[in-house]
Amino acid sequence: MELKEIITKKLNEHFPDAGFEFSEYVGEFNIKLDKKFIHPVCKLLKEDSELEFLLCEDITAVDWAKRKNRFTVVYHLFTLKHNFRLVLKCDVDESDCNIDTVSSVWKTSNWQERECYDMYGIKFNNHPDMRRIYMPEDFEYYPLRKEFPLMGIPGSLSLPKK
Amino acid sequence: MGLEAKLNGDGFFVTKLEAIINWARKNSVYPMPMGISCCAIEMMAAADPRYDIARFGSEVMRFTPRQCDLMIVAGTVTYKMSHVVRKIYDQMPDPKWVIAMGACTSTGGMYRSYSVVQGIDQFLPVDVYVAGCPPRPDNLLNALIHIQNKIGNTRAKDFQNAKRIDLNVIQNN
Ligand code: SF4
Repeated sequence: MELKEIITKKLNEHFPDAGFEFSEYVGEFNIKLDKKFIHPVCKLLKEDSELEFLLCEDITAVDWAKRKNRFTVVYHLFTLKHNFRLVLKCDVDESDCNIDTVSSVWKTSNWQERECYDMYGIKFNNHPDMRRIYMPEDFEYYPLRKEFPLMGIPGSLSLPKK
Repeated sequence: MGLEAKLNGDGFFVTKLEAIINWARKNSVYPMPMGISCCAIEMMAAADPRYDIARFGSEVMRFTPRQCDLMIVAGTVTYKMSHVVRKIYDQMPDPKWVIAMGACTSTGGMYRSYSVVQGIDQFLPVDVYVAGCPPRPDNLLNALIHIQNKIGNTRAKDFQNAKRIDLNVIQNN
């Protein structure tokens, strides 16, 4: 059986109501799922001895500006065992702008989630250290959101006195 | 050669104290290498035997601001970093000079974006701007020569009544 089929079968078996949508785009296997299931799904993908997605390469988000579910959080996973890349996607709405953390599954995702929070303002529930990572802590905006102007908001970042 | 040749035995000559001080000062400029990003590589290249900044008496790059009198800001200064740069600048003893090396430092360069200070002259008094992305080491040497000329033209009275800054010692960055 091909790895894609194994993943599809296992996920459907374990999480029958996670609303999976499987697709393939430019040679990458994409799975869309309900954000409530992100933590158990990631745990399964990592710990299953047939899959072993040991590497969480990146966690980021997409801002669709006017769409109903405004943000999509994207997870890029990689398994060294099969040399195979997998993309997970979860929709997050602005009115309920949070998703469960996966930092207990992959330690690296701690900082990746902090970056995602810093840039998009998506909160990660149960994250051990949910602070900004790049911007100063008293900064009030989220720079990668579509409404944020390229040159920033004057006066929002302080400069030393001359 | 020159003046020395005329001094037979215990000769002496008369000059202004200022001239002697400036001569000493301008030929031993200690740079503070504020290398923040890619321009710093060219700054290092200026110190290597090929370009040899030692020819101008500036080979002693000190990594503590307290022993420096020239700050070479080489790299992209973000708003978050600007506080650190200023803090280091404030710790350098007077008199001191600043070279803004590269497009980023002088104007923000290609980083026309919310996070990068569009020119460090918004928070530092810059003496020489160096163009280029990155500037070649010889361009940096040229800037250094400009600084030396500037030092050579200073007068003691320029430093009188200089404004003392209040050092904010406990600062939480
Ligand atoms: S001016 Fe160019 S080389 Fe220098 S720091 Fe900016 S991007 Fe790097």
